[in-house]
Formats: sequence, C-alpha cells, structure tokens
Amino acid sequence: MTGGTIAALREVTQRYGKAVALDRVTLDIPNGCIVGLIGPDGVGKSSLLSIVAGARRVQQGKATVLGGDIADKAHRVAIYPQVAYMPQGLGKNLYPDLSIRENIEYFGRLFGQGKAERDARIADLLASTGLTPFADRPAKKLSGGMKQKLGLCCALIHDPDLLILDEPTTGVDPLSRRQFWDLIDRIKARRPNISVLVATAYMEEAQRFDFLVAMNDGKVVATGTPEALKHQSGTATIEEAFIALLPEADRSGRVALTIPPRPNLDGGEPVIVARDLTCRFGDFTAVDHVSFKIERGEIFGFLGSNGCGKTTTMKMLTGLLPPTEGEALLFGQPLEAGDLQARMRVGYMSQAFSLYTELTVRQNLDLHARLFHLKPADARARIADLIARFGLEEHVDQRAEDLPLGIRQRLSLAVAIVHRPEMLILDEPTSGVDPVARDRFWELLIGLSRNEGVTIFVSTHFMNEAERCDRISLMHSGRVLATDTPAGLVARRGAASLEEAFIAYLEEATKAQTTQEVDVVAPPPPVAHAAPARGFSLLRLTACTIRETLELLRDPIRLGFALFGTAFLLLVFGFGISTDVNELKFAVLDHDRSHESRAYLEEVRGSAYFVEKPPLADYAEMDRRLASGEIDCAIEIPPGFGRNIARGRPTEVAAWLDGARPFVAQTIRGYLQGMHLLYLADPAVAMNPSAEKAPARVEVRLKYNQNFESVYAMVPSTMSMMLALFPAILMALAIVREKELGSITNLYVTPVTRLEFLLGKQVPYIGLALVNFFILFLMALFVFQVPLKGSFLTLLLATVIYVTATTGYGMLISAFASTQIAALFGTAILTVLPATMFSGMLVPVSSLTGLGRVLGRLFPMSYYLPVSLGAFTKGLGFADLGTNLLILTLFVPVLWSLSLMLLRKQER
Amino acid sequence: MTTFLNIFWLGTKELRSFLRDYTLLGLVIYSFSFAIIAQSQSSTQEVVNASVGIVDEDHSQLSGHIARAFLPPYFQTPEPVQERDIVPLMNAGRYTFILDIPPYFERDVLAGRRPALQLNVDATAMIQAGLGATYATQIISTEIERFITQTDTVPAPLINLVVRIAFNPNAQTAWFNSVMGILNSITMLAIVLAGAAVVREREHGTMDHLLVMPVTPFEIAMSKIWANSLVILIATGLSCYFVVRGVLQVPIAGSIPLFLFGSALYLYFTTAIGIYLGTVARSMPQLGLLFLLVFLPLMLLSGSNTPLESMPDWLAKIMRFSPAAHFVSFSQAILYRGAGFEVVWRDFVFVAFAGAVFLVLAMLRFRRMVAAVQ
Repeated sequence: MTGGTIAALREVTQRYGKAVALDRVTLDIPNGCIVGLIGPDGVGKSSLLSIVAGARRVQQGKATVLGGDIADKAHRVAIYPQVAYMPQGLGKNLYPDLSIRENIEYFGRLFGQGKAERDARIADLLASTGLTPFADRPAKKLSGGMKQKLGLCCALIHDPDLLILDEPTTGVDPLSRRQFWDLIDRIKARRPNISVLVATAYMEEAQRFDFLVAMNDGKVVATGTPEALKHQSGTATIEEAFIALLPEADRSGRVALTIPPRPNLDGGEPVIVARDLTCRFGDFTAVDHVSFKIERGEIFGFLGSNGCGKTTTMKMLTGLLPPTEGEALLFGQPLEAGDLQARMRVGYMSQAFSLYTELTVRQNLDLHARLFHLKPADARARIADLIARFGLEEHVDQRAEDLPLGIRQRLSLAVAIVHRPEMLILDEPTSGVDPVARDRFWELLIGLSRNEGVTIFVSTHFMNEAERCDRISLMHSGRVLATDTPAGLVARRGAASLEEAFIAYLEEATKAQTTQEVDVVAPPPPVAHAAPARGFSLLRLTACTIRETLELLRDPIRLGFALFGTAFLLLVFGFGISTDVNELKFAVLDHDRSHESRAYLEEVRGSAYFVEKPPLADYAEMDRRLASGEIDCAIEIPPGFGRNIARGRPTEVAAWLDGARPFVAQTIRGYLQGMHLLYLADPAVAMNPSAEKAPARVEVRLKYNQNFESVYAMVPSTMSMMLALFPAILMALAIVREKELGSITNLYVTPVTRLEFLLGKQVPYIGLALVNFFILFLMALFVFQVPLKGSFLTLLLATVIYVTATTGYGMLISAFASTQIAALFGTAILTVLPATMFSGMLVPVSSLTGLGRVLGRLFPMSYYLPVSLGAFTKGLGFADLGTNLLILTLFVPVLWSLSLMLLRKQER
Repeated sequence: MTTFLNIFWLGTKELRSFLRDYTLLGLVIYSFSFAIIAQSQSSTQEVVNASVGIVDEDHSQLSGHIARAFLPPYFQTPEPVQERDIVPLMNAGRYTFILDIPPYFERDVLAGRRPALQLNVDATAMIQAGLGATYATQIISTEIERFITQTDTVPAPLINLVVRIAFNPNAQTAWFNSVMGILNSITMLAIVLAGAAVVREREHGTMDHLLVMPVTPFEIAMSKIWANSLVILIATGLSCYFVVRGVLQVPIAGSIPLFLFGSALYLYFTTAIGIYLGTVARSMPQLGLLFLLVFLPLMLLSGSNTPLESMPDWLAKIMRFSPAAHFVSFSQAILYRGAGFEVVWRDFVFVAFAGAVFLVLAMLRFRRMVAAVQ
C-alpha cells in the first residue's frame, strides 16, 4: 500500500493562549516512507505530530489520518492499534520505576495482547534492540540511548502502521544515535509498509529521510526529498538549505561564525583544575577520576550524551556537590562549599532553566543584579547594556515563560553574566534551540571569551558546537575518553569528522559491553490487528493496576508512611484525644478562713478533678491569674461565711471561671454545682434541715459505652479519619503526577479508556487502604482493647465502599488539578476540615448547622463513622447500618462520573 | 546587611510567584473565610444544638413542661418519638438524647411516689453526652421543682453558689471556634506553602541555580519564611477584622496587633517546619504524607480541639513542647482574656525558639538535599 498519503492536514490552526503554534497548515504526508519534520524549536512540529497521533484535539481545520477524520472519536478508537506515538523528551512516556520488561508489558496489555503473544513480541523486540541483558533494569537507571530504544520497543509492541517519533534522538550520544537510525532502517526493511513520521533538531540526520517537511513559525516552509530541498536552495547541506529557506527577517544577523584565535594571554596558572574528581551515589559511579585544566579565556567543551556525568562534574565544580574523591581548584584555590567570594567570580547556567519563569526579563535581571550586590547605578547601566547587546529590548516586560526558547536562552546567559564573572559554567545551554538562535548564542560566547577574557566551560551534545571550542573532552559513562583540540582529536583517530572520531572513541570504550543487536531472522510475529475490545476491557484495566501497584511497591518510603503513619497517628489520637476533663486548676480567695469555709472547700479539694494552686490574696491577683491561664477557676468565700451559716442566714459563694474554653468552663460549672449539692446534702453539715428528697429521679442510661471511656469512641473515629485522609491524599497525586511528568500521553494515544485508566489506577490504592484498615483494626482489638461488638462483615463491606469513595475523592481532585502542588493543597484543605470537624468525630453530625453541615454531608466520612462506631461500640449489624451503607455506595458512581468528566482523553 | 538585602530580594520573588498562582490564592482565601465561618458554626467543645427525642407516655401537663424546657442554643426542640423506635433511632445516631417519660408520671410525682424517668444517652458522642446529660438532668429537675412549687414552696437553700464565667459570659463557642479555625488554617497553610516552595524549586531546577549564587542556604530559607509568612499573616489579619469581628460578630477583648505579632512568631515556626519537610521529602507525594503526619497531631493535640488537660499525663507533657499548644494558649489569653505582652511573652519566646531549632535542622539538610537530587 505504498503510495498515497497516510495523513493529510487541511488549514489546521492551533493556538495556546495568544501563541499560535500552527498557522493554517495544509500538508500531505506520503505513505510508506520515513518523513522528517525539521525546523527550530517551538515552530509547531510537536503540535503537528500530536495532532496526527490523536493526542491533541484539533482546534480548527481538518486532519485526516489513515483514511478518516482524526476529530472523529470512533475513528480514533479504530486506529489506536495502528498508530504508535513517542512524545518528545527522552523516556517521557515511560515509567522510571518500572523495569524494561515491565514497561513493555504494560503497553502490550494496553493493546490487549495475551501473555503468549506478549512474551514472544517482547523477546523479539529486546533481541533486536540489544536490550535483552538489561530487561530487569529500571528505566530510570538507563542511559539516554537505552531509554530511547526502550521507548521504541514500547511503541512497536503492537506492530503499528504509523510510527510517530518526536525528536527521538535529542540528547543522545552520536553512537547511540547512529544505532537508533540503523534500527529504524532495519524495522523498515522488515516491514516495508510502515510509515515513520519523525521530528528532529539535528539537521545532519535529515539527510537520511525519504521526505522532508521544513517548518518555521507555525507554517510549512517547504516539502520534498532532501535532494530536492538542497537543489531548490542551491546549498550543500540540509542545515544551510533550511536557513536559506527561512524568510529574510529570520535570517537577519546571521553571519558565518568566525572564531578569532585565542590571544596568548599567558595567564599563568589555570582557572580551573580538576584532579581525579570522582562522584559516587551509592554503588553507582557517576563521575570516575576526571582530570583536566582550563586556562584563562579558553572555551572548553564537554561533549557527551545525557547521563554521562557532564552535569555531575559541573555541579562539583560549582560546589553544589562535594566530590567523593579528588579535588577541584578554582582560581588556584581549593573549592569550598559556601565560599561566597568565589561565587562572585563565577557565572552558572544550569541545564534546567535557571530563570524564574514567572518574572519578566527585567525583573530577572534586576533580581540577579541585586543578589550579586551591584551598586544601583552600576546595575542600571549594566542591565541596559546587556539588554541592548543580547537583543532583548522588545521583550523587556514579557514574562520569561512566554519567551521563545532561543530568547530565553539569551536571557539565561545575560542573567549568568550580570555580575561580570571571570568564568562561566554552562550546562547544555543550547539544548533544544534552533540553529539560527544557537549561532547567535555562540557569537555572544565567543565575544565574551575573546574580548573580555572570560573563561568558558560548556557542555553540549552538538558536534558543530563542540567544533567551536578551543579544546574538548569526550565523556562517556563518567569517564573522559580523550581531551584535545577538535582538530587534534580528528587527526588522532584519522577520522573524517569530529563525529566519526567520537564514535570511534565510543566504540573503543564500549567494546567490552557492546550490546549485541541481533537481526532477527525469524519472520515478525503474525500481525493480528484484532480490533481492540470496544467499551470496557478488564485486561487494560488490569494493565493500569499492575503498573500502579509496581510503582507503589517501588516507593517504600511512601508505602511506609502510608501504613506506619496511620498506625502511629492512631496510637497518638487513641490514647491522646480524650474528653475527660480533669486536673482543673483552681485557687481560693477565702475572706473568711473559718472552720466552715474550710469544710466547704474540702469538697473541692477532695475531688479528683481539681488541683489546688496557691491561694489568692485579692481580686487583682485573681484577674491576673485567670487572664494568664494559670488557674481555670477561682472560688471566693465571702467574709462572715461561717458566722452566717451558724446563725442560719443565707450566704453566697462565688466561683469565677475562665470562659475562653467554653467546654472546660461548662464542665467546671457542672462539677462545682454537683459538689455544692453534695455539700448541702451532707448530713455532717446538717445545716439545711428543710432539705427534702427530690420529687422524681432522672435515670441516666449511658448507652453503648457505660464507663464513658473516650477510647471506645476515639479509636473507631480515628480509624475513620485515617481511612479518609491517607487514601485521598495518596490518590490525589496519582493522576496529576502523570500529567506533570508526561506519561499521561499514553492515555491519549492507546486504546485504554478513561474509565479503565481511572479504575485501574484506583485499585492499588483501595488495596493499600484495606491493608491499612486491617492494621488499624488489629490495633483497635489488641492495643486498645476495643472489642468488636457488631458484625465484622458489615464493617468490612462498609470499609471497602468507604475507601473506594475516599480514593474517589482524591481521584476527583487529581483529575481536576493541573499541578501536584494544587492537588496536594486542595486535598489537604478539602479533606482535613470536613474529616476532623464536620463528620461527627468531635461533634455529632446531628448537631451541625450551616456551612459545616453541608460540608459534612458531602463528605463520605459522615456516613462511615456511624458504621465504624456502630460495629465496634454499639454492636450493630447490617440491618441497622443499611442506610449509611447505601449513601456511602452512592458516593462511588458520583465521584467516578465527575472524575470522568474532568479527565480528557485528548490534550487541548 | 548584605544578608538582609538578599533575604529581602529573594522574598520579593517568592511573593511574585505566589501571587501568580490563582489556585493557591483561592485556597488561601477559602481557608481564611468560608472555612472559618463553617467552623464557628460547629461546636466542638460544648453542648450546642444537641438532638433530643422524647417519648411521652404520660401526656400530662408536667411532661409537656419538661419537653418545652429543652431550649436552644443547648438543645434542639425535642421531637416526639415512639417507645419502640428508641433503639433503632439511637443505633442510627439520629438523636444523642432520648427522654422517656413513663405513663402516670405526673400523678406519681404529685403523689410523692418519686417515679423515675429515663434519659438515654449516646455515650459515643463523648463531649455532648457527658455535659448534655448533666444539663438535661438539671433542666428536668428544675422543671419538676417549678411544677410542684405552684402548690408547695421550697425554702431557698442556705448557701447559694453563684458561678460567673469570665471573658465569655455565655460560654459561646462561635468565639472559640472561629479563632481556633484561624489557628488551624495558619498551621496547615504555612507548612504546605513553605514545603511546596522548596520541593517546587527543586523540581524546577532553580534550587541549584540559587545555591551557586552568592547567597547562603540560610538566606534562601529565610526569604521563603518571610514571604510565605507575610501572605498568611495578611490573610490572618484580614480574617480577624472582617470575618471574625465583622461577619461573625465576635467581640475580641484583646489587642489584634499583639495577636498578629504572636502569629508572626508562630508562622516563623510553621514555615521552618515546612521547609524542613520540603528538604526531607523527595517528591510531592511524600511531602503530602509527611504533611499529614506532622499536621494532624499538631492541630488535633494543640488544645484547640480538645483540652490539653484531658490528655494522658505523658502526652500532655510532650504537648507542652508543642509550639502549637503555646500558640493556642497565648491566642486565647490575648483575644478572650485581653492579656497583654507581660502575660504572654514566655509563650512568644518558646515559639520563637522552636522555630529556630527547625530552621537549623532545615539548614543542615539543605546541602544534603541537593546531593540527593541526583
């Protein structure tokens, strides 16, 4: 079926806020070949790919993929098994805690493959990518090249007809890159019908593709074979052709970059000296005995793949990381952490943006000028100079997050040199920046080096950038393979180019561990494009469950907190929260000091509830001590108390209570009145002859908890609270985390439905909550000796429904929130208050009014607490608790439906 | 001086990023307005609005008097209940109290036969059950007394006990709960905001960047402390004046500025804890769990929800070291009892000291945290 088009776009426009990512793009993508999308960063390549993959909603225009409208849901569902999508960002759609095999298995299950088929395919894929020996290694411990191969395996597990790869080789060492494209070629050879759509930032790779689409600024600039494009622009390389194709305005300021020779400064001692720098994390050696010297004004490059130790070495040179072994000298001085003087002489640009994206260009520059203590006048001049020199004039009041990548990069550099450092450390400063912007950036660097004598230490994975350095070190797996001038390295290996030379060094270094890539001779497994199960599939749900469970099990800290944290809190609250009021502090203001007054006070003194403090001298002291909370209660006996009693004249005793805590005040009032009556009724006092027997008795029957012990109420209540808060907060981060880290893409482009995804992810948390329940239950029985008087089965059934509802609560927040912070914050605020205040833990639900009542009614704990209390303390069973169970059950479908509504199957 | 300037400028950056995050802003506003109002409407520590059912098998004048004597705000108006429903209704937690007046009760009282009436109390509703039973008993006795005295006079007792409740004469909980609500919000927000500020900075890689500049971890931490504290302090102040005093009409006896000064010290402590947790947690999910583990005991055992006096001895001793308990104690002193600085300065000193301890702990973890990022 070669020939024809596999995808066609008509007038597709895509906007994000004010930014236009795609501007009325019309394009036909030919079938059955490798199509390359080239162009600078941020021109809409990723948007285009994600639309074709069905991951992103089409805003305007029409996109036809595999013979149907991609905006049509039924068509999307039908073609999921035919399309594979590997999003930008190395391993972004992979699960770092899962091993290679587990990652691929997950994708296999999502596509409905049974165990036998899955195993056969995985064995085949692992063998052909050379990953077989590493099948059990977690994805987070893989090198860039291996991650990228794993991504490919995951994409190929279901034998797609259309393979979409978004910048698959960015940040990977040249050897791995070459191997990757060889692998793609072999796949293509095995399955000639497969169409591959790939975006790349490396122009030299574009040469390999069958058909190119050049993009700029949301528009397609040119299409055609590489030869046609070169011919059209009359240039020798694709990179030059691309630049020639750009509109005049974008090419402005582009000059062939010339590097003036480095003046022999004869600076004496080197600016940076590294001697046997070594850094280990546990048993992993990130940097292994690295040594080098960098002279003043030199541009020194570190060339290597992601994860080879470049960043770690740089961190050690900036004092961020203490070296495990070896030493680093900066300006001839040993590097000391916390040496602020040295930092004033160094500028640093980290790989992740060293900018505050929520600040504007000027605010960023101002902030850094202030932190480096530039004098205000000096700072103004310096900032004005930098803005002019770096071409930031028109962006001064834009926020950094709204800037195009290339401009942001320039701002980062401006920020790093605002204090005129003598040395610059730049960690992959141009990663993801288009060639024109990269050239402008390097112009600035060369200017700094040659005109101002700034020493520059830069890391990169671009060959043409490495060629611009005075000297470079080739790095791989934490070791420096070779250090020399670029020309020197090429000469030493007798290679044609620096890339060839590097590959030669890499091959030599990795000979021992070369991955055996077997070209599998056996025919590919039968392509059984069984239509994916429409509607609900238990297999796909299980896939999500298995993955989430594995991830949970691989985070023992989280697991430990969740299980032992609740146990710890139950201990604290079970023993700690008690409503028995005792040890009330009282003091006496006795104006009488008679036998009678002492007899009266004896009632209070003899009470177990009260503790006496030194007596009061006067009212002023009483006020002061009540105000400071030193005493809760003051008892005043009036003058002539004893005499009055003896003569049978009425008299009054006054008690002053601290009303700041109403509960305590009311309790004291109750206690005092009780004692007062006791005193009056005491026959020994015998001064109340008319005291008669009460006309009726009130029999108070304390039901369920005859001894009125807090523990019988507190333990079941605390259990309810724990099972509300912990499952909710665990679940709350489960979905939003995937959104933030990028693996949510797998929901967008695989047949898994939202319901399967949500429920599948919920199951492990329900399981964890049930384990939690059993721990708490056993503690209640054996630690607190709270017997279970009612039906265990009812309690268990209610608990299963309850934790489904509480995890559902977290799920709802997670589906709604876009960042983990918002989810964490929202869950904390929206669950803690209803759980502690409005669900009957401290106040019976029947007494709540107003807003608290509403909040309580909307929280599942209001309905579980009566069940927990009922089963433990009241001895109730299913028949009595049915209503609560029913309401609890209602929460579940409501929460599921709301979460489903908030979770999208496509990105906007 | 440079330290001071660094802290100041870094803090302005914190403020700017906070004000840009509308979700956080919205949650802060919610915590200091609606959440406070909701809490002031619920009573945690006294009998308010207790639900009562009444089984009147007597249908007499006296039983009617007794039923009508249960009045708000302590009790809801009693609802008539059938005798056979007592058990299921109690089981369902529908009523905390059910009063059962037997047949011929009035007749027996008047005949001096001293009949018994039964008060069923749901003893799992700890706070209401205990106090409420005492109240109910008093109400019933008074009512019977009053009924009898229509025909018979009782001499006044020789000694009368006059109870005066200082600072809050009607022992109203709205006062108490609204301020305790503010305390809860302060504790929760300060820990989450400061902790998340550290984790976020680390996840976005800007922490590395800060640490290679001529600023010390101390300055970074202090900038986060003052900026986040300021936001919460402003929210607290507004909440005191507009929500507590304005909407809820709670008369505040003491000086709000003094209370805010104390809150500032407490915020210093809670944000320091937040930063410490931010350095301990490796990811946001871990921070979430750590937060619950620290916040729940801090809040539930601070004395704002249940009295410190009622805790077992060992726990009360431990909680005496909890700055939250000191905060609750001095807030009550200032706001209700009008206490001045001379009364509360010891609490202030203690809270400030606890803040310093956690700040030092956080400092010790800061660099190790950066190393752990790898």
